[in-house]
Amino acid sequence: MTSELSALAVRGLTKRFDRPAVDALDLTVRAGEFYALLGPNGAGKTTTLRMVAGLLRPDAGTVSIFGIDALADPVSAKQIMAWVSDEPMIYDKLTPLEYLEFVAGLWGIDPRTSEKSARNLLVSLGLEPHLNERCEGFSKGMRQKVALAGALVHDPRLIILDEPLTGLDALSARHVKGLLQERVRAGGTVIMTTHILEVAERMADRIGVIATGRLIAEGTLAELRARNGSNDTTLEDMFIALVDTEAAAA
Amino acid sequence: MSSTAHLAWFARHEFRLAWREWLAMMTGGRRRRNRAVIGLLTFAAILHLPAYAVVARYVDLRFPLDPSSLIVLTATIFLAWALMLSQAIESVTRVFYARADLDLIMSSPAKLTNIFSIRIAAIALTVSSMALLLSTPFIDVLVYLGGARWLAGFGVVLAIGLSAAAAAIAVTALLFRLIGPGRTRLVAQIVSAVIGAGFVIALQVVAVLSYGTLSRFAFLTSETAARIAPGPDSLVWWPARASLGDFEIMMLLLAAALVLLGVVMAVFAPRFADTVARVAANPAAVTQGRARAFRTGSRQQALRRKELLLLRRDPWLLSQSLMQMLYLLPPALMLWRSFSGTSTAIVLITPVIVMAAGQLAGGLAWLTISGEDAPDLVATAPLPPSRVTRAKVEVVLIAIATVFAPLVAALAFASPGQAVVTAIAIIIATASAAAVQLWFRAQAKRSQFRRRQTSSRIATFAEAFSSIGWAATAALALTIPAAALISGSLTLLTLATAWKISPRRA
Repeated sequence: MTSELSALAVRGLTKRFDRPAVDALDLTVRAGEFYALLGPNGAGKTTTLRMVAGLLRPDAGTVSIFGIDALADPVSAKQIMAWVSDEPMIYDKLTPLEYLEFVAGLWGIDPRTSEKSARNLLVSLGLEPHLNERCEGFSKGMRQKVALAGALVHDPRLIILDEPLTGLDALSARHVKGLLQERVRAGGTVIMTTHILEVAERMADRIGVIATGRLIAEGTLAELRARNGSNDTTLEDMFIALVDTEAAAA
Repeated sequence: MSSTAHLAWFARHEFRLAWREWLAMMTGGRRRRNRAVIGLLTFAAILHLPAYAVVARYVDLRFPLDPSSLIVLTATIFLAWALMLSQAIESVTRVFYARADLDLIMSSPAKLTNIFSIRIAAIALTVSSMALLLSTPFIDVLVYLGGARWLAGFGVVLAIGLSAAAAAIAVTALLFRLIGPGRTRLVAQIVSAVIGAGFVIALQVVAVLSYGTLSRFAFLTSETAARIAPGPDSLVWWPARASLGDFEIMMLLLAAALVLLGVVMAVFAPRFADTVARVAANPAAVTQGRARAFRTGSRQQALRRKELLLLRRDPWLLSQSLMQMLYLLPPALMLWRSFSGTSTAIVLITPVIVMAAGQLAGGLAWLTISGEDAPDLVATAPLPPSRVTRAKVEVVLIAIATVFAPLVAALAFASPGQAVVTAIAIIIATASAAAVQLWFRAQAKRSQFRRRQTSSRIATFAEAFSSIGWAATAALALTIPAAALISGSLTLLTLATAWKISPRRA
């Protein structure tokens, strides 16, 4: 598969802190797919995605976003992608609309387009009554929804989310999942890490499992099951078996 | 565990927390306990030298003093009390709003009145300990040179520390009852920021209006003050008499402070639980923003707009700015007086303005450069980091220009040459403060503004020396231009040294 056909192509990506966090990782995510990246705590998921998003400089390797070399031309790569972390980073003293106006301004989006899009996003996430309230009194779920709306307001082709459902109530989680699926249906690409395996099982087109900084399994749920030799195994069972095997090998 | 043992255990827990908080403040959160203690002891030892220079000449002072000396001494003690009150209000606010253990404590089977009495005592002791730490070198020098009678000074410091803590608890609790939990936090922050400086500035204002000088001692040592001061037997002079070695009065003051603290504990400790519960039950008040259409503009404009909006809505900055504005009040009055007559004292305005600009710029630069609440968002935005930095520095320059342009414009009418020198010095001091923040940038939440000085001691000192240096250079440029070259060079050298050892360069 060539880089041009991939939303994300990572080759030999390496990052060391005290020990290797990401170890010569190769990863390809196709355009228009929902990709779930799973792994135990400390496996290197967040480090990988932070390097892809341009938040962390890799020690070695390449990152290509829709054919753009993200390390050589980060500005062009950032123009077409969005990053949402597990801890919603928004400004307490801004209202959701002001926050989205700021994000749209940073991405250079025409205000006539972005204002309409911002209102639609916030309404679809159930934030209509709070459009002009400052975010300082918002719950974690509301803050996460504002952060997600900020990530989507510039209509990115690639959306990277690190544990976006952590701490959300069932209704908020449903809002977020619905919006992400809508984006994928509209041709967008989503890469998401999660510890909620049911979400990956239900939503992801393909699943990657990462441990000790390396991709140890990848495929559709059916492919993973086939590899496991049983068609009724849950993702949770497969995940635990894979991680245990990797830990034993290490 | 018996009730007494339980209380003793909780008191130990409180003091351990207070010690660790203080240590974290001193070390900037880094685990350098031994180095912090050694540093502190070294600092305290070194402090004996300036203490000697300041107080050695007063070792022979005894009551009765002449009225002017008595007024100055009493005013100094009152200033110390005001500063302790300011620190104590800040501590009490933190107990109400920031301690993460309140849910645990309130859900435990312990008697809350006792628990909160200990917490109040811990605040009082923390405030007093800090004051004792700073005053010890001065009292040591006086005791060494003047005899044991000066030991009474420790009692006075303790008494004003305990009474300031008691007053702070009463003020904060009353504020809470009067204006509610939502507003108390902001008002208490502003009150604590302004209260210490307010007294000094008020003296300066009186001095400017009455004597045309910026010296805060002008009024205190005036005949008018001596005339209206009460007689030597008045209670007003008790703190001064106690600090001069009157042990009987010192013991009375200490007892009064303890009684005051006891009363405050008895009255407010039972209500602490209610207060804390009301704070927890009252999330931040819903503040409505103004609904308006999205605006056009470049990416840097979006950044500048966001920064300016956040600065306008930042309560920390509000209190900080209020302090700077208060400091500017005496020079502004001086300027106003100078229009009615010629006075060489107007030259003194320049260093005050430049110093205030440097300090305000340092705070603003920290808020815009280091205090970014959504660093990932800005870092993943499609614009180069250099343009982000430029936009943030521009915000600092715009804010400083907005605050200081009217003063410089007024100065231009009185003395155009001085206005030009002042304007140039403000720009240089602002640029220097922003540069220091860039070199020592450490990502933090805006809410950590209060502790920004602890993230890097070198940055704090570099910022302070730069402001002082440029203020001195500007003053010298107006009076002894040749000396300004030396002062300017020394300030540049300070900045170059800071740059050389900054993590940005490494």
